[in-house]
Amino acid sequence: MSHFEVFGLPRRLAVDTAELQRKFYALSRRWHPDFHQAAPADAQARALEESARLNAAYRALRDPIARVEYLVRLEEGRETREGADEKPKAPPELLAEMFEIQEALEEAKAGGLDDAGRRGLGADRDRLLARLRAGEARLTGPLGAAWDASDAAARPQALAALKQALATRAYLRTVIDDLNEALGEQADGHVTHRRH
Amino acid sequence: MSRIVGIDLGTTNSLVAYVDEKTGLPRVIPDRDGRALLPSVVAFTPDGVLVGEPAKRQLVRRPETTVYSVKRLMGRGYEDVKDELCYLPFKVHPCEGIVKIEIGDREVTPPEVSAIVLRSLKERAEAWFGEPVEKAVVTVPAYFNDSQRQATKDAGRIAGLDIVRIVNEPTAASLAYGLHRLRDGVVAVYDLGGGTFDISILRVKDGVFEVLATNGNTHLGGDDFDRAIVLWLLDDVREQHGVYLGRDNEAMQELRLAAEAAKIRLSGEERTTLTIPFDAFTYHRDIARADVERLIDRLVESTLAPCRMALADAGLAPSDVGEVVLVGGSTRVPLVRRRVQEVFGRTPHSQLNPDEVVALGAAVQAHILAGGITNLLLLDVTPLSLGIETLGGIVSVLIPRNTTIPASAREMFTTSVDGQTVVDLHVVQGERELARDCRSLARFELRGVDPMPAGLPKIEVTFLIDANGILQVAARELRTGKTAAIEVKPTYGLSDADVARMVEESFAYAEADVEARLLIEARNEADTVLTHVARALRQGGGLVTAEERERIDAALAELRRARATDARDLIHEKTTALNRATEHLAEVMMDAALKGALGSKRAAEIIESQ
Repeated sequence: MSHFEVFGLPRRLAVDTAELQRKFYALSRRWHPDFHQAAPADAQARALEESARLNAAYRALRDPIARVEYLVRLEEGRETREGADEKPKAPPELLAEMFEIQEALEEAKAGGLDDAGRRGLGADRDRLLARLRAGEARLTGPLGAAWDASDAAARPQALAALKQALATRAYLRTVIDDLNEALGEQADGHVTHRRH
Repeated sequence: MSRIVGIDLGTTNSLVAYVDEKTGLPRVIPDRDGRALLPSVVAFTPDGVLVGEPAKRQLVRRPETTVYSVKRLMGRGYEDVKDELCYLPFKVHPCEGIVKIEIGDREVTPPEVSAIVLRSLKERAEAWFGEPVEKAVVTVPAYFNDSQRQATKDAGRIAGLDIVRIVNEPTAASLAYGLHRLRDGVVAVYDLGGGTFDISILRVKDGVFEVLATNGNTHLGGDDFDRAIVLWLLDDVREQHGVYLGRDNEAMQELRLAAEAAKIRLSGEERTTLTIPFDAFTYHRDIARADVERLIDRLVESTLAPCRMALADAGLAPSDVGEVVLVGGSTRVPLVRRRVQEVFGRTPHSQLNPDEVVALGAAVQAHILAGGITNLLLLDVTPLSLGIETLGGIVSVLIPRNTTIPASAREMFTTSVDGQTVVDLHVVQGERELARDCRSLARFELRGVDPMPAGLPKIEVTFLIDANGILQVAARELRTGKTAAIEVKPTYGLSDADVARMVEESFAYAEADVEARLLIEARNEADTVLTHVARALRQGGGLVTAEERERIDAALAELRRARATDARDLIHEKTTALNRATEHLAEVMMDAALKGALGSKRAAEIIESQ
């Protein structure tokens, strides 16, 4: 049973999160072990299993980005577990810029940071962060809508676009984390467990 | 369904509560004397085991055999706790992963000590209801790891109590508040107790309490405040009297209890005075609230980073938090309140007694489990990421932190050598990349894999974190469909055989019965008075007439004789007599001490002027 099926949803990226939460609470009331305490052992085991399945499904679907990641895995029939990210891949149009940033990072690691270097890395970080957010907006916006609207023939292309956007996002996040680390700042680009 | 009580097994105090069927409200069960709190202190005396208040009164005289704050040792290895052992007067040894406490010629484990506290609460509840109580919901800090939760469950088994659910303390507190006082929205529960700190961020909506994120520190609490004050007092004693008391167990207990009492008074007052009679001198010290705030500032500050991390994990800003709830006795400290208010920009709730609110919440959860409440539902999370060690010692995360529980993850394993029949798994908990920096939970051995070429067996292992936050593991060979046998070696825990043995042995540590207890208490009281009088005579014997001295000596001798008998009333009578015989001596000594400290005013004048 897919996470979409747990909630009786079609395999689409547009999800009404308020409605999803309502269903999650309703199904939790049905399956949570708290309400099966006096049941026979096999019924308790069933409740435990259903409840764990429900929680996993909610976790995968409540966040729009996690939802895309899950959909891609599901479509590809991969046996990877929850939370496994797309392999980071640098977008071709950014390669030259990334090369420069990596070089600056290496220098910072080797020789420490002066004020100018810090300002430079900070600006790089902010630019990449903006790009990351724009990429996320594209994923949850037009790319997701394109998937939802695609027919059987257009699906592979829509899926490929989602995958590429995820790979770019993963790459940007890695570089942003590295930049944050070099700047000694909290990873504010970290969005793994973000809720909406 | 049979009755289920709610228990808060605290570092400093423990409580038991239930939901009153008539009012539908949770209430704490008091002891015979009307006290709600049971100090989590266990004294192993030659005459029997004491629990709670009587045990606490032994602390100063029998520091080596009176165990307190044992919660800090639950589910811990020696390496985890060795740095703080110098602050504990009893001896703690490493022993096969866990630690043991040496009591004379025997050893007890932390779960056994906790079991004695649990059994005392069980008996308190049984006396209240007039019927056996066998099931309980017990709370633990939200940030407790699997070993610490397991140790708590073991304590229940040893005490003959079926712990039907382990609930996180801040979540329990929110349930207690939630009945009437919380509006729907985001709630932050800041729980600073005697030894542990938790922060939980919840969404409350239509009776569902959904924990969004939790964080904390299982080794930070009021104990650490006391410790900071004690270290400061030690320096001050050395300066004033030229004596270092750090190695004197009894003096250290006196200092610790006095520091704790001063800290508590300073939550209500700006200044307080501390007076401790030691053998050679009496120590006086004026303390201002600002002094203590300076000493504990760093500790309070260290609770704020977890608050921010929990908010970040929940994907929320401080301004999203609608209400803040304070739990735990240490949140009475004004500095703590100020800091919490600064972080969340909200005046925190504290209408419910912070000492009782967790037990009340546990009672509510117990009532839910018993089917008495059907409109409330608690959805909690696992506080730490669960992973397995892979090649090169890297952790592969299976269930990330803050995942709603029950949670499960499946993983495929295979063999790396032809004909291999056993596969080892190392399960860890924590947020670090390397397994050695995380908490080792257990090593699993999958046995009975059919001999096949390397890589061919497909073993599916299911990791399930149940509603208690405790890990269960199951394995299946997919090719044959047969269940693989798993042998679990918990890294920091008791084996089933250990627990079974402890259940049998537990009767040896049973709390003394009422008669015996009263006798022990009477002897105790006598011992305390005898010690005080001996000390007073050494310091102030010259301040009274020879005639008075004779009267005191006679009373002293009579009490010593009475103490040797089993006659409780006689011991009481002679204790009272000795007290009365030394009243004048105490007064004279107080005057002398105050003259030293404050000039020549008499004690009576000072008391009048206040």
